[in-house]
Amino acid sequence: MIHARNLPFVTTLAIFVIAYGLCVLQFPNMLSTRVIGNLLTDNAFLGIAAVGMTFVILSGGIDLSVGSVIAFTSVFVAVMIGSFGVHPLTAFLAALVISTLFGCLMGAMIRYLLIPPFVVTLAGMFLARGAAYLVSTQSVPITHEFIDTMLGFYIRFPGGGRLTLLAMVMLVVFAVGIVVASRTRFGANVYAIGGNIQSAELMGVPVGATTIRIYALSGFLSGLAGIVYTLYTSSGYSLATVGVELDAIAAVVIGGTLLTGGVGLIAGTFVGILLQGLIQTYIVFDGTLSSWWTKIVIGILLFVFIVLQRTIIWYSDRRLAVRQLKEV
Amino acid sequence: MRDEDMSVQHALLEARGIGKSFFGIPALDEVDFTLQGGEIHALLGENGAGKSTLIKILTGVYRRDRGTIYLHGNEVSPDSVAEAQTLGIGTVYQEVNLLENLTVAENLFLGRQPRRFGMIDRRTMRDRSKTLLQRYGLNIDVDALLSSFSVAIRQLIAIARAVDLSGKVLVLDEPTASLDAHEVKGLFTVLRQLREEGVGIVIITHFLDQVYEIADRVTVLRNGRLVGSRTISELPRLDLISMMLGRELQHITRDHQAEPETVDDRGAPSIQFQNYGKKGSVAPFDLDIRPGEVVGIAGLLGSGRSETAFLLFGIDRADSGTATIDGEQVAITSPEAAIANRFGFCPEERKTDGIVGDLSVADNIALALQAQRGWMRLISSSHKRELADSFIKSLDIRPADRERPIKFLSGGNQQKAILARWLVTEPRLLILDEPTRGIDIGAHAEILKMIERLCSEGMSLVVISSELEELTAVAHRVIVLSDRRHVAELSGRQLTTDGIIRAIAGTGETEAA
Ligand SMILES: Nc1ncnc2c1ncn2[C@@H]1O[C@H](COP(=O)(O)OP(=O)(O)OP(=O)(O)O)[C@@H](O)[C@H]1O
Ligand SMILES: [Mg+2]
Repeated sequence: MIHARNLPFVTTLAIFVIAYGLCVLQFPNMLSTRVIGNLLTDNAFLGIAAVGMTFVILSGGIDLSVGSVIAFTSVFVAVMIGSFGVHPLTAFLAALVISTLFGCLMGAMIRYLLIPPFVVTLAGMFLARGAAYLVSTQSVPITHEFIDTMLGFYIRFPGGGRLTLLAMVMLVVFAVGIVVASRTRFGANVYAIGGNIQSAELMGVPVGATTIRIYALSGFLSGLAGIVYTLYTSSGYSLATVGVELDAIAAVVIGGTLLTGGVGLIAGTFVGILLQGLIQTYIVFDGTLSSWWTKIVIGILLFVFIVLQRTIIWYSDRRLAVRQLKEV
Repeated sequence: MRDEDMSVQHALLEARGIGKSFFGIPALDEVDFTLQGGEIHALLGENGAGKSTLIKILTGVYRRDRGTIYLHGNEVSPDSVAEAQTLGIGTVYQEVNLLENLTVAENLFLGRQPRRFGMIDRRTMRDRSKTLLQRYGLNIDVDALLSSFSVAIRQLIAIARAVDLSGKVLVLDEPTASLDAHEVKGLFTVLRQLREEGVGIVIITHFLDQVYEIADRVTVLRNGRLVGSRTISELPRLDLISMMLGRELQHITRDHQAEPETVDDRGAPSIQFQNYGKKGSVAPFDLDIRPGEVVGIAGLLGSGRSETAFLLFGIDRADSGTATIDGEQVAITSPEAAIANRFGFCPEERKTDGIVGDLSVADNIALALQAQRGWMRLISSSHKRELADSFIKSLDIRPADRERPIKFLSGGNQQKAILARWLVTEPRLLILDEPTRGIDIGAHAEILKMIERLCSEGMSLVVISSELEELTAVAHRVIVLSDRRHVAELSGRQLTTDGIIRAIAGTGETEAA
């Protein structure tokens, strides 16, 4: 049974399948495992960040600090490894701890100082970006044999495509995200808070702890995305990934999650990421289109989906009265 | 005032000297409350007396300023609803407290989902939800979203949840406000069973019949102070009412004997609906409403009462028939069109979508009038103040502070403000769906009086109500619905509660007047 609340997700999925089909008709090569493998690798860091963003938006919040935290993490990791000779794993761990604590702090401010998430994470965005500049304003390249081994690890598909370690990390994050959202009490609490925070509180949901955990999770995943981004570019640069949070939000919304919170699926975000990747790939294949077309198409899709969501809400509100009475 | 029997036996739940102020204004002052196990205890008082506030303090929603709470004689101090729940206190608050974006099963088990290997076990959750709801005669799809069910069903679900998680104490704040008689009966059966099992139950309600039917003891609050606590069997109803109001109640009822027998004597109808209906909603009906007339609509839940109102107000579009006002045909195809024809509608679900919480009482009252005039012609603030003050006075909205954000008012007082919002627009036809639910017995009389006055000034009124006494008290005529059809029309001498019940059951003389 398709719930009305899953309708946006189903629509996105349908749009993706159709769009992919059309692309393949024009460029049969786009069906190759090579293209798919690259698509996953290229969007790995964005996908990981978008999972955290989905939890935040499901709870009715927003996290604008994501891009800056990614940049901070990447510079931090690069400097730790490049300049201080720290082992990569130690650097990764330190970066994850910092980004998670940063998320915790923002969550606590949102909950206990009652400052809107938009404001808190906007401040977080400037803070993390500034901290990244403090660490280094240059692009810091990294070379370490451990990292080379990591990047050399992949699963080969028939047809020559590669599922890289980076893509695997993203797929694991999505899989875990789906389970956490749909099968744990924490996940249920996230939906509850996003539905109506007062009601959730009156039903005994630990709103404070959950809010802090949501932003901690988003911080953690931003840190992880930063590590993946560092590996992907083999460098750290404080000016990188400006506005990635907006791409993540776009993926979440296109994936069918309501910006008002309480309704949506992690799997939808995955399709949202794939759709964005597909558009980029198409532009590469076409060769004549400017890459700005990606933004234009994403913009159009966003409009379409927001209108679609509004329509669904409006329609179900209107039907409600009638349906209710039929239930009796 | 309390029976001072100092035996070693501790009360189940005891509160001593509870005090609470909001912004320096006391809402509760030195209130004592004692609940025994295996007792149904009614907590009564006027709108704004402090009942909900006391409940919220006992269950960890509000922090008290003063006082102590004992559970089984041990001091407790729940800081959150979750903590109260672990102590075995389950509560249904007056506000709708479930989540529309979750399924029924998810709502029932939020925060205490059955788990296997750390994962929510959806199958067990679904099965247990079904068994849980069966006790209330609800055979619904527990995987459907809560938003697809009526207020009454949601209320039952909220009660089922609270009952299931209350090991010791169950608190119900106006649980019956949106239930019909049959559902109330079902609920009371469950409450009696729980009482047998030793659960202590606190129930807040404005229906005194229900108090006498189910409660063992009552505690009455007035203006945030304890008036007293009595055993119900030793307390005559009139004494109870004067405990609540601090004065005697004046009753109004309409004298149907003195009224003209046939409706035709009342002058030409000004609003006529002919053969008006919509497929799948309400079968076509004729309805003529004269100026100053009060038409009641009775029927069981789901008989088409609210649908009739939706049709009259243009929320649902009629697919047959015509509407005429003063002989001129009009098309009421949308609520906007209805408002343009000076119709007003106060829906049943005002609890959820009526109020704009952050706006002041005055703004909330002026909202519909402003919409009617259009946003280009703003109501001057002095006019707004005048309107607000006059309605705060006539409906006895408390506290009488027009600038206070409406979310800080008690539930019943919010309801009065919503009623005022429509009265302010001086409608030609006002449709009220369950106008006095959640309103205390004193204000109830005030509202009926007000309706009387407005009608004498020429306003027509359609009142939908499941309280038959209310209908017979205010209506000149009552239309009885059954199975989405108008099956009878009662007026004059036929208009009695018995008559309505017989018409609903289909055994009375059901020929239309
Ligand atoms: N959160 C709040 N902030 C400010 N004032 C409040 C708040 N909650 C309640 N009050 C005030 O406290 C008083 C008691 O309100 P309460 O809700 O306890 O009344 P009640 O007895 O439950 O009434 P009703 O029958 O209308 O539900 C009212 O004057 C109300 O305006
Ligand atoms: Mg109350």
